[in-house]
Amino acid sequence: MEKDILEHRLGINRRRFLSKLSLGLGSVALGSLLVPDLFSGVKSDDADFIPGIPNFAPKAKRVIYLFQDGAPSQLESFDYKPKLREMMGQELPLSVRGNQILTGMTAKQASFPLVGSFYDFKQYGQSGAWVSDIFPHIGKIADDICIIRSIHTDAINHDPALTFFQTGAQQGNRPSMGSWVSYGLGSENKNLPAFTVLLSKGKGNGQGVYSKLWSNGFLDSIHQGVQFSSSEDPVLYLNDPNGMDRVERRKMLDKLAELNDISGKEFNDPEINAKIQQYEMAYRMQTAVPEITDISKEPDDIIKLYGPDCLTPGTYAANCLLARKLSENGVRFVQLYHQGWDQHGNLPIEMGGQAKDVDQASAALVTDLKQRGLLDETLVIWGGEFGRTNFSQGKLSKENYGRDHHPRCFSMWMAGGGIKPGIVYGESDELGYNIVSNPVHVHDFHATVLNQLGIDHTKLTYKSLGRRYRLTDVAGNVVRDIIS
Amino acid sequence: MLCVLYTIYSCNHFSAEQSTTEEIPDTISYNFNIRPILSDKCFKCHGPDASKRQAGLRLDIPESAYSALKDNPAAHALVPGDLDKSELFQRISTSDSSTLMPPPNSNLKRLNQYELALIKKWIKQGAKYEKHWAFVPPKYTPVPEVKDKTWPKNPIDNFILARLEKYNIKPNAEADKERLLKRISFDLTGLPPDLATMDKFLADNSPDAYEKMVDELMAKPQYGEKMALHWMDIARYADSHGYQDDNYRTQWPWRDWVIHAYNENLSYKSFITWQLAGDLMPNHTKEQLLATGFNRNHKITEEGGVIDEEYRVSYVTDRTNTFGKAMIGVSLECAHCHDHKYDPFSQKEYYQVFAFFNNVKEVGIETTVGGPETYAKKPLMQISNDDVKSVLKFVNKKDTGKLIVSIMGDSLNYHKTYILKRGSYDAPGDEVSAGTPKAILPFNDSYPKNRLGLAKWLFDKDNPLTARVYVNQIWQEFFGRGIVKTLGDFGMQGDLPSNPQLLDWLALDFRDHGWNIKRLVKQMVMSATYRQSAVISPEKLKEDPENIMLARGPRGRLPAEFVRDEVLASSGLLTKTIGGPSVNPYQPPGLWENTTSGRGQLASYKQVHGPDLYRRGMYTLIKRTVPPVEMAIFDASNRDQCEVQRLRTNTPLQALLMMNDPTVLEAARVLAAKLLQEKSTANDKIYKAFRLIICRKPTAKEMGILTAYYTEQLQSANKQSADKLLSVGEYPIPPQLDKLDLVTMMKVVDTIYNLEEAITKT
Repeated sequence: MEKDILEHRLGINRRRFLSKLSLGLGSVALGSLLVPDLFSGVKSDDADFIPGIPNFAPKAKRVIYLFQDGAPSQLESFDYKPKLREMMGQELPLSVRGNQILTGMTAKQASFPLVGSFYDFKQYGQSGAWVSDIFPHIGKIADDICIIRSIHTDAINHDPALTFFQTGAQQGNRPSMGSWVSYGLGSENKNLPAFTVLLSKGKGNGQGVYSKLWSNGFLDSIHQGVQFSSSEDPVLYLNDPNGMDRVERRKMLDKLAELNDISGKEFNDPEINAKIQQYEMAYRMQTAVPEITDISKEPDDIIKLYGPDCLTPGTYAANCLLARKLSENGVRFVQLYHQGWDQHGNLPIEMGGQAKDVDQASAALVTDLKQRGLLDETLVIWGGEFGRTNFSQGKLSKENYGRDHHPRCFSMWMAGGGIKPGIVYGESDELGYNIVSNPVHVHDFHATVLNQLGIDHTKLTYKSLGRRYRLTDVAGNVVRDIIS
Repeated sequence: MLCVLYTIYSCNHFSAEQSTTEEIPDTISYNFNIRPILSDKCFKCHGPDASKRQAGLRLDIPESAYSALKDNPAAHALVPGDLDKSELFQRISTSDSSTLMPPPNSNLKRLNQYELALIKKWIKQGAKYEKHWAFVPPKYTPVPEVKDKTWPKNPIDNFILARLEKYNIKPNAEADKERLLKRISFDLTGLPPDLATMDKFLADNSPDAYEKMVDELMAKPQYGEKMALHWMDIARYADSHGYQDDNYRTQWPWRDWVIHAYNENLSYKSFITWQLAGDLMPNHTKEQLLATGFNRNHKITEEGGVIDEEYRVSYVTDRTNTFGKAMIGVSLECAHCHDHKYDPFSQKEYYQVFAFFNNVKEVGIETTVGGPETYAKKPLMQISNDDVKSVLKFVNKKDTGKLIVSIMGDSLNYHKTYILKRGSYDAPGDEVSAGTPKAILPFNDSYPKNRLGLAKWLFDKDNPLTARVYVNQIWQEFFGRGIVKTLGDFGMQGDLPSNPQLLDWLALDFRDHGWNIKRLVKQMVMSATYRQSAVISPEKLKEDPENIMLARGPRGRLPAEFVRDEVLASSGLLTKTIGGPSVNPYQPPGLWENTTSGRGQLASYKQVHGPDLYRRGMYTLIKRTVPPVEMAIFDASNRDQCEVQRLRTNTPLQALLMMNDPTVLEAARVLAAKLLQEKSTANDKIYKAFRLIICRKPTAKEMGILTAYYTEQLQSANKQSADKLLSVGEYPIPPQLDKLDLVTMMKVVDTIYNLEEAITKT
């Protein structure tokens, strides 16, 4: 019996190994030919559990996710509630609140006075979507975007809610959405990773981001989000040290390859040849990445479109421009995070500033993609991890109030990538507390994004510790109504 | 690259990718041939999980599989010996997609011809079930006889060789002494050998030279550091609380204890008992109390506004899951929300284990981000300066400040445990009392129903898992791959042991020799199996790319921390201090600042200077939300949860790191400067650098390439770029050295650091 088990096992490994050779990894064994595409995802013939990805013709090839970290208030952005202004200072009816759990920050509050938006709203475009005055640029692209006012989540605190939006689970080591996409589709550019991350910070109250949000979880680490920036060192450790030029680096790598090849011949270990190729790939990245991240050659009209901030590395505007360039060059999933949206107090002062930092560049990105003919194949997403309460946290005055976390109902928008433009989907009650039509859960959102990429969310699975995991866990429905 | 794909492939199971050419064994084994198929394709709906069970049918137990079908009492899923009457076979082999199993909409592939043939033969042979191998206590099998009596050094080799002989495969010859020394040096201390050790070992021709070296290395305090690293992954040790603002914690004295325990060769039984239940032991010492920090290493929230009970429950859950994965190698966590879908653990049993960890005097959130008083959470212990001078000498406390560590301590008021429906903290169901999964081993009523009792249960002579799981973890440390490849899953969905008799023999031998860890380690490294050369012949590569048969020695890239250690030790920069607070060495700017909320001690990165810049990798401070990037790039654990097994990838980011990380460049400069101060030729210096870094003498060919490179670089060197390149790192440059000589030698040394072999266990 033991013999059979072993035969069996060795047989599997032999076949796997041989099938790898036929996948282009032949170069590993042959030691020459082209460097295989490192950042490629799972090809359909390797994927025992992923039959035929993409599962159907994709609408979107790439995603740019503008994550508004800290949770911007829907009531001061996209969910217009004049009734709240009328009822200013009145108590939130218990019948509306129902059994909603409150965070420890407001649970002990004696009263829950309703508060309307400090900012006025206007209707924009043919769709007539209501957008608050602090987002005039986004207002102007109202006919290009789909505003969803009925998102809801399970989590009520930042860490679990962010983790839930990014990984489909509140706790633990699951792969990020971008990692899943990298795993499923790979990169379109063999010199760039499939999943990149860009960070920026506003002046508002921030809650931090965590690298676990772009972690590969149990997937292979090539699917990890790679942090990029528009600064001088766009990817960690990319730049050669001061005093070493490209010619010298090439010479060093040539010597290195010669030396590695000696032990490659002695040991016959495929890892050694793989290592030689990784160095070559690194060298190619050193050339390719700075070309892409260099925004100095962008024409004036583009700089004007994104706003002058885009020339300052590390700003949201610079990251939006960089996101376009990365996406244009075939990065599947560009994940931005912009901190500072946690207005527990001081909302009327802070939120305007936050909006000013992101409004123009967010709209510019959509416009820019559109004028390049890329919006059809690029899905842009804008939103935070939950919404804000319709009552004031802390003392309410005419000029000042705050809003606590609210998981039941909030807004986000999407554009391009086969999402219907110029529509507003879902509706909240007149106090902006509960959803009254077309709820969209986080799992539904994930299912929809994957769907636009041509992936059936129930089929993109990975087996770890005996269980097949997926981004949408055991739930999620594609929101067909918003798909064109 | 290859290992990248291995990882993807290894998720597949036995049932995957079979071809019809596979030979069908004469006798079909349920455990080895059938259960993997049924578990993967059927148990999800016809297995242990009562809530998801379809048609009332269970195929994981014979009573249900043989009995009349609920939907169709005239039929039976399995009728031993009768294929036509076995509905199961009809349903898996039909061409009618409306009755086919698994149903097409399950996303599970239908069984292939080979799998069908196995099941067919199994039914014909009587459809006999067996208890899952891992839940049957290990049995000694006699050490196998082998033809080549000269090869085996100890019984491990008999088990390995007996099988190789069966297939007419010859094991590799013993590795050359230099490579062997590098292998044991990294495996036993995590550091490269120094020149004196290399020379001594090369010159020692006595028959027990190897054993003497093994003993010498195992007696070093660095042995404890090496062994502790693996345990720190399992124990999800970190220096921050882990959520949101992610402030600092002082749990490091627990880490110092782990190093100490390994160096003192505490038996595995005591090692685990103290960590699980030191606080419950009669007349426990402060050291035993400190050991319980193990169960408080999990993440703890400081996010204002969370619901206390939600987080308290999550801590208990983390302990329960860690216990399952680390100590008994099963995925208990799958029964957190529902009955386990593959293994015979009910949700009730999950909460019975949970009950052991549910009585701690703790809260979900104690404080938000604050000063030193928040660096540990209740229950906690204070370590005084007197303690450090007396009972806790191994704690490397450097100042007189207050030092607190989170530890275990049970409440006097018994905290009731309920089954939590869907695993949700606010949906309690029936009350349960502490207990253990019956399928593994029922809890002995004579044991106290607390963590001390749980430790006794672990070391009960009938516990089938404890010893197997640990020897398998250690096996992977030395041979690169577990005998059971899935270290954390010995259950139905886990891999089968590649050599079950050897696993059992090792487990029992370990248990019967007092759970003596050093003895176990020595047994492995003394074996001829371990000592083989790592050369892969094309035949062996083709037949056994994963080295399951062990007809060659282990070879593989060093763990992240040892990559750093190799660079620092070979350049002479390494600060050998053991233990103490973790440190912040060089890190690219902005990583913490760009992600932080701005609150807490760890909002901005404060790099250390002087000797603390050159501590071993295991002492680099781990801020969980932004773990050290040079470690993450080399696959280190992020310490979010218990991790028994790291991935091992080969990526371009690793190449970029080795090329451009100031740590590596500085080490190259420092070693070059050191060599330049010696009275020797350039060739001698290169030769020596190669030996220090690669741990063997270079061949003439290698020397040729390096010296040619040196000559070439020397000619093109110029002052301006030399000054720039030499400015890397804080370690001072001796003033008298010629800059052009130095920068040229630095480049050669740096090239050697970038060799694949430099960071590889050979």
